Amino acid sequence: MPHVPPRYEYRRPPELDGGPGHHPMVVVGGGLVGLTLALDLARRGVGVVLLDDDDSVSTGSRAICFAKRTLEILGRLGLGERALAKGVTWNTGRVFFRERELFGFDLLPERGHEYPAFVNLQQYYVEEWLVEACRATGRVDLRWRNAVVAVERHPDFAAVEVDTPDGRYRLTTDWLLACDGARSTVRKLMDLPFTGRVFRDRFLIADVVMAAEFSTERWFWFDPPFHRDQSALLHKQPDGVWRIDLQLGWDADPEEEKRPERVIPRVQAMLGPDVAFELEWVSVYTFRCRRLERFVHGRVVFVGDSAHQVSPFGARGGNGGVQDAENLGWKIAAVVQGQAPESLVDTYDDERIPAADENVLHSTRATDFITPKTEAARAYRDAVLTLAGRHEFARPLVNSGRLSQPYVATASPLNASGDIWPGIVPGAPAVDAPVLWNGRPDWLLRHIGSGFTLLVFGGDTIPVPGVEIVRIAPDALHDAEGLAARRYGAPPGGCVLLRPDGHVTALFRRFDAERVRAAMAHALGQPAHTPVTRASARVA
Amino acid sequence: MPLDLAPRLDDPDGLFAALVAAHEGLDPPASRRLDAQLVLLLANHIGDTEVVLDAIRVARSTDGGDAP
Repeated sequence: MPHVPPRYEYRRPPELDGGPGHHPMVVVGGGLVGLTLALDLARRGVGVVLLDDDDSVSTGSRAICFAKRTLEILGRLGLGERALAKGVTWNTGRVFFRERELFGFDLLPERGHEYPAFVNLQQYYVEEWLVEACRATGRVDLRWRNAVVAVERHPDFAAVEVDTPDGRYRLTTDWLLACDGARSTVRKLMDLPFTGRVFRDRFLIADVVMAAEFSTERWFWFDPPFHRDQSALLHKQPDGVWRIDLQLGWDADPEEEKRPERVIPRVQAMLGPDVAFELEWVSVYTFRCRRLERFVHGRVVFVGDSAHQVSPFGARGGNGGVQDAENLGWKIAAVVQGQAPESLVDTYDDERIPAADENVLHSTRATDFITPKTEAARAYRDAVLTLAGRHEFARPLVNSGRLSQPYVATASPLNASGDIWPGIVPGAPAVDAPVLWNGRPDWLLRHIGSGFTLLVFGGDTIPVPGVEIVRIAPDALHDAEGLAARRYGAPPGGCVLLRPDGHVTALFRRFDAERVRAAMAHALGQPAHTPVTRASARVA
Repeated sequence: MPLDLAPRLDDPDGLFAALVAAHEGLDPPASRRLDAQLVLLLANHIGDTEVVLDAIRVARSTDGGDAP
């Protein structure tokens, strides 16, 4: 049965009747990224007004591959189990060239993680759950059919004008968070250049409903017999829906190619003559890789596709956007709650511009491999594919999409100068491991809260204000298999300080309350040796 | 020393992109000349004729992707 999108109720905004016109936090765009950011902020105690020009969730499945790190973030936001239960779990894939299979791959070869490499799930389900979760916090004012039509920038606030079915109103905000997608209205209204590459190719993306049992693996074909000289991708989603991508070439007419009379024969050729299917959603895309020069523009911050756009091979759009939201949420919450200077928000640029560049680079290279743009490029590409079937050395050169991995912010200014050891680096996301909790199997990441957390691998501690101490020891979180210590490379007595977004910010060979406190202050962007209390006292 | 067919490249995607970029703006004959020069340079670096002959045999026998 096709998915029936929910319709969210429009309510007349109070500003139209002279109500409050100023809000600390306004999110523009109620898609995957905007809703994730709003939920994260709300759970950190920050009230959010969310403006969305539509009244429903995404049309079509769109971002379907939710990567391990994104699932861990959804887990922290309380939606992880739901994603696992509904989604199609996968870790492996196969690559085909012409008539034969070249090789298979496994993206998560080791066991002992709560979440798999990927879960396939239609974007609209995640958006529906995020809307429910936002409502449940009581701190997110979801304003559907509220379209931003003007943006004003000021040194310490921003203002927007908003069109509604009942007319236009104005509101001001301390922070305007633009999560309004690749065609961002806020970006256009601010006239910011969004530059990069357009790939001279077109791809048909179709969701088909069928009962046939293909594998849950990611299957990718180069130049298959059913679609000569082009590429094809088949991937399973929940509800008997399958994602099919077919490369069409630059000369294809996008409107013509969307017609069922054109799509059905192409899909039938791929699936075989005996497979019955129905089309649920069809779209034709030209891929682009581009980004804003900066994401932070005073009190306006761009998050997700509004800041950077990638081609879909590699599942780096939705995953990159959720990871942007994760990076920004705690920082902006700390600023509005008076725990950090405003400059902390600037580190979102320091950490997420390189992340976007990494995603753009991988996405560009995959698209270049799939769409060779010169005769020489095609000769090298086909040589790699030819050799890869028989010789292992050529397989790492085959690029059907380098699937989303979290960015490791090794050069972040927030990483404190603690100790270093092999195994994990400051800037990396926390790694999961199986543990025992009160004798029962559990996961390490479930015990990491939404503030600063110190993982202590044995040894004594004293409380550190503002830091939750998580002891990894037989009488606390029991690392029975030794995988936590191994994955963190932690020496006995070693400590790992995690930021509120679950990224490692400092390592210590042994517990030292003063060093932990200093590293936390550093990660909050507080200037060294000038405690807030002393500065306040001087002012007083 | 036999021809090593195990994966050895530290940055496969970067290498592939660099090879493709090296050919940008060249017509097919110029591309052929560039590849010939690259093979000679790398053969000299390897410095072992037997290894290069092995590579020639592997390349000649791996054809079209559907060889047995």
